[in-house]
Amino acid sequence: MITVEKLEKTYGGAAPVLKGVDLHVERGEVVCLCGASGSGKSTMLRCINLLETADGGRILLDGKEITGRRSHKEVDRIRQRVGMVFQHFNLFPHMTAAQNIALGPIRLKKTTKAEARKEAYELLAKVGLAGKEESYPRQLSGGQQQRVAIARSLAMHPECILFDEPTSALDPEMVGEVLGVMKLLAAEGMTMIIVTHEMGFARGVADQICFLDQGVIIERGAPNEVLDHPKSERTQVFLSKVLQ
Amino acid sequence: MHSNAVSVISDAMPLLLKGLWWTAALSALSIAFATVIGVIVGLMRISGNIVVRGISTVYVNVFRCTPLLVQILFLYFGLPELLNFSWSPEVAGVATLSLNIGAYVGEVVRGGVQAIGRGQTEAGRAIGLSRGLTMRLVVLPQAFRQVIPSYINQCTICVKDSSLLSVIGVAELTMRGESIYSANFQAFPILAAMGALYFVVNYVLTLASRIVERRVSIA
Repeated sequence: MITVEKLEKTYGGAAPVLKGVDLHVERGEVVCLCGASGSGKSTMLRCINLLETADGGRILLDGKEITGRRSHKEVDRIRQRVGMVFQHFNLFPHMTAAQNIALGPIRLKKTTKAEARKEAYELLAKVGLAGKEESYPRQLSGGQQQRVAIARSLAMHPECILFDEPTSALDPEMVGEVLGVMKLLAAEGMTMIIVTHEMGFARGVADQICFLDQGVIIERGAPNEVLDHPKSERTQVFLSKVLQ
Repeated sequence: MHSNAVSVISDAMPLLLKGLWWTAALSALSIAFATVIGVIVGLMRISGNIVVRGISTVYVNVFRCTPLLVQILFLYFGLPELLNFSWSPEVAGVATLSLNIGAYVGEVVRGGVQAIGRGQTEAGRAIGLSRGLTMRLVVLPQAFRQVIPSYINQCTICVKDSSLLSVIGVAELTMRGESIYSANFQAFPILAAMGALYFVVNYVLTLASRIVERRVSIA
């Protein structure tokens, strides 16, 4: 459902971050992007959600190109189909958990406030946060905030969700609860592209693992191929450090 | 001497209060206009459009880098001469104060919006909210809470600066006081009373700001 072709991105006059990346993600597939920081994983996700504009190549959503010049309306509509979960949650601090989740549906989907609120409650129950509906983000732990953020993304009924290091900003004991929710989504058939350093999680959930290095995918395949029999030396070195 | 000062002040009070009413009314109007101007200018200052940004930057700098007294004289005497029209000192005064305070409020708004992290905008946009909706629903409500103290500060400055309108003949508090002590030669008690009246208005504003701040605090 998502096809990335020869994606290129350079910030300002610096060295290119992405140097012609190809990626194909089928509906219902879970793809994990791994690699050292600065390898271009996050930039790639941000390009898919049009938070960054690609400098070269193109991105297709269900066969239709979404890169190139688009009207603001088109971009907003594309973003409604592709959810995004950030490393630092980015919940709206002036809204309760339920309000965070209901905002999009109320404003963009013509859902009534009552319906949106009901769905927000259901989604919070789904991510294990029943009872926290009226809490403000500051009253929640990092793991809880990230689960609210996932629920907020789900409320728009996206066809695909992009996760940008969703557990990197969490204390170790909270990583599990967030990964648990993501596993649940994977089991439900949600299409997901996940930037992560959690190799155990990637092994258990991913259909495909892509290893990025200096703006190119240097290794890709099923988890056991990439993790157990990495072909490139860079991947071997990286994995030996991460898996210690 | 003591009883004398008290009677001087109490004799002058009705006129001073009339002046205070004008001070409060003109300040309130100016603050209202300045707020509208400030929000628009503050957003223009961070626009992606270079022309929009340029216009707002010139406006803010012109009003920030020239004395308010000169601005008042310019709008009351200079501009009508150039464009061949006339307006009352009250209208010219409110116009000048609005434009002057509006420039500062614009900077306050710009700072407030820019202090809201990029992640907030991105989260709004990632849901599919447009730029405008993200600004209105996500960024501005947070910025609003942050800028309350500096905004109220600008309001108190506006009340104090309205005293300069006395030079073009607006019968506000300062002008009333001046005319009273130039007639009865009791400068000390009259000026003390004037100062006290300004102080009360602005101190109430400051207290109100603290209450509002506490009520909407999210941190």
